[in-house]
Amino acid sequence: MSTIPVSTEAQIPPRLLAPRGGLSSFLQRLRSGDEIAHLITLAFAAATVLITVLLVYELWIHSALPRQRFGWRFLVTSTWDPVFENFGALPFIFGTLVTSAVSLVLALPLGVGAAIFLAELAPPRVSQRLAFVIELLAAVPSVILGLLGIFLLVPFLRSEVEPFLKATLGFLPLFQGQIYGIGLLAASVILTIMIIPFIISISREVLLAVPVDQREAALALGATRWEATWRVVVPYAKTGIYGSIFLALARALGETMAVTMVIGNDPRISSSLFAPGYTIAAVIANEFTEATGNLYLQSLVELGLVLFLVTIIINAVARVLIVVTTRRGTGRP
Amino acid sequence: MKMKLKGTITALAVTLALVGILAACSQENSGPSSSGTVTLNAAGATFPYPIYSKWFSEYQKLHPNVAINYQSIGSGGGIRQLHAGTVDFGASDMPVKDDMLQQMNLHVVQFPTVLGAVVPSYNLPGIDEPLKFTPAALAGIYLGKITKWNAPEIQKNNPGVKLPAKDITVVHRSDGSGTTFVWTDYLSKVSPEWKSKVGSNTSIQWPVGLGGKGNEGVAGIVKQTPYSIGYVELIYALQNKMPYGLVQNASGNFVKASLETAEDAAAGAASEMTNDVRVSITNPPGKNAYPICSFTYLLIPVQIPDATKRDAIKDFLHWMLTDGQGMVESLDYAQLPDAVKRIDVEHISLIS
Repeated sequence: MSTIPVSTEAQIPPRLLAPRGGLSSFLQRLRSGDEIAHLITLAFAAATVLITVLLVYELWIHSALPRQRFGWRFLVTSTWDPVFENFGALPFIFGTLVTSAVSLVLALPLGVGAAIFLAELAPPRVSQRLAFVIELLAAVPSVILGLLGIFLLVPFLRSEVEPFLKATLGFLPLFQGQIYGIGLLAASVILTIMIIPFIISISREVLLAVPVDQREAALALGATRWEATWRVVVPYAKTGIYGSIFLALARALGETMAVTMVIGNDPRISSSLFAPGYTIAAVIANEFTEATGNLYLQSLVELGLVLFLVTIIINAVARVLIVVTTRRGTGRP
Repeated sequence: MKMKLKGTITALAVTLALVGILAACSQENSGPSSSGTVTLNAAGATFPYPIYSKWFSEYQKLHPNVAINYQSIGSGGGIRQLHAGTVDFGASDMPVKDDMLQQMNLHVVQFPTVLGAVVPSYNLPGIDEPLKFTPAALAGIYLGKITKWNAPEIQKNNPGVKLPAKDITVVHRSDGSGTTFVWTDYLSKVSPEWKSKVGSNTSIQWPVGLGGKGNEGVAGIVKQTPYSIGYVELIYALQNKMPYGLVQNASGNFVKASLETAEDAAAGAASEMTNDVRVSITNPPGKNAYPICSFTYLLIPVQIPDATKRDAIKDFLHWMLTDGQGMVESLDYAQLPDAVKRIDVEHISLIS
């Protein structure tokens, strides 16, 4: 019996072979189109990373003067004096963090509650139509909300809400002091309006994506509708909800126009929400074009760098939080 | 076979896109426009933007081959762009001081072009009569020392008016601005405490008050907030029909800001300007002078190598100081005094 040696390699088209390296095989893979797609998408991803790196580099380079002059003191000084050239970031960091935190505290129950309603309790058609309207709210430009803030929200806060808070909760330092209407509270409420649509739309999607068997299992075990939702479905969707919160927070930290129109633009640290304040984004928008003098200009750039750092820190905390809390209870092993 | 075709098409598409982008980019950076047309780029102050806009378009109607493009990005921006060489000339609400000129390595001739005034506007429900303010009252309010409307410093100059015992909400500019510079320059002159504590600049550290962005921001806050006071440009107050107060000038008279009283304020300035045009005309002597006024300046480089551009700029400056001045009052700006116009005309010859 004669065995005819049949080369297995000859029967397999060259491009399906395991790559053996070398230019010729690379060119072969190139012709097939896969490699090109791989390279192009790699280039896009690399471009995004490159943009971020360039951004940080530019911020670093153009803030050299104040970093030399002030060093770490920049982060803890409270003065912002363009005349005597003494700059400090503390009031702006305070304003940014306070407005974002308060807006999150207000938006969280509203947003997650609305998402639960839309995903679990509302009829599907109602849910879809409401979701569409809510997404429209997310598309409203920042300046328009700022105008609504000045003409509707601020007078309302000044004449109704803030006096009421002062009368009922005035023993807390948060609700003391002169009432202007404009101030940290007004800015926080505007930010709440801006970030609620993010929380609602993402949380709703995540809640809808929870497998039906989870709900059915809870109901089969005798849970009420609400117990099933709150104790089984929502914890299952926890990671997604956290993701939506941190996306919303990222927007709140960077919001400029609407905030600068209602916050009072006063670089002051105060314990009251009624007082005016200032955020990093607002001061850069206000003072950048007219900033004469290198130290002044570069101090504003350094503020941008500080905002970037604050965002990174918050994102890092977010990741740690997600890792820690999703080790248990999502139903996944 | 299909995948090969797809791959080739993708590669071609990407290459074409890149080539197209590169070609578009290089076109934008290409050289001067067609022969005969002179395009001048300028940038800077926002306060005179309406009149500059009008001047540049009127001038182009008379000289169709000269196109002047002005961007009102702010005085600071104008100075920076001049330093970077991206504009042919700049504009600034605040005269540029020597240390700034040195820092930016700029050699410019500064031309006052128009006059502006800044007024204190307020919101007092139920009070229609214009209030009278002394320099001490204004300084005290903005330093945070005078906190109530019925304080004696304000009440004693307004005997016929029943001022309420309410807190004063102070409003100022949050963005850097020539208006702030004029206001703080005036306060520095009339209040030694203000001068040592705060100083004057387009942007300062305010002892008290809420910040509004732009004249519109300040006006918006003042209109919305009862018992508030803020400073705005005279033009802005006139065109938006805002109530504003009278200010006591150096001669002791309470003067209401207007084009006439602003021109009175500038009248005495010319004699000081022969040495240096960067004269502050706040709190001048003069019976009817309004004390809070200032010039706004064009910054023209001393050396302009391109002959056509240089001639166009010089010709524009001549026109601006003769026919152009006639157009300013229709936009609520005040004309330059004749003596200042003469000094400006002399300075045109400094440009070479």
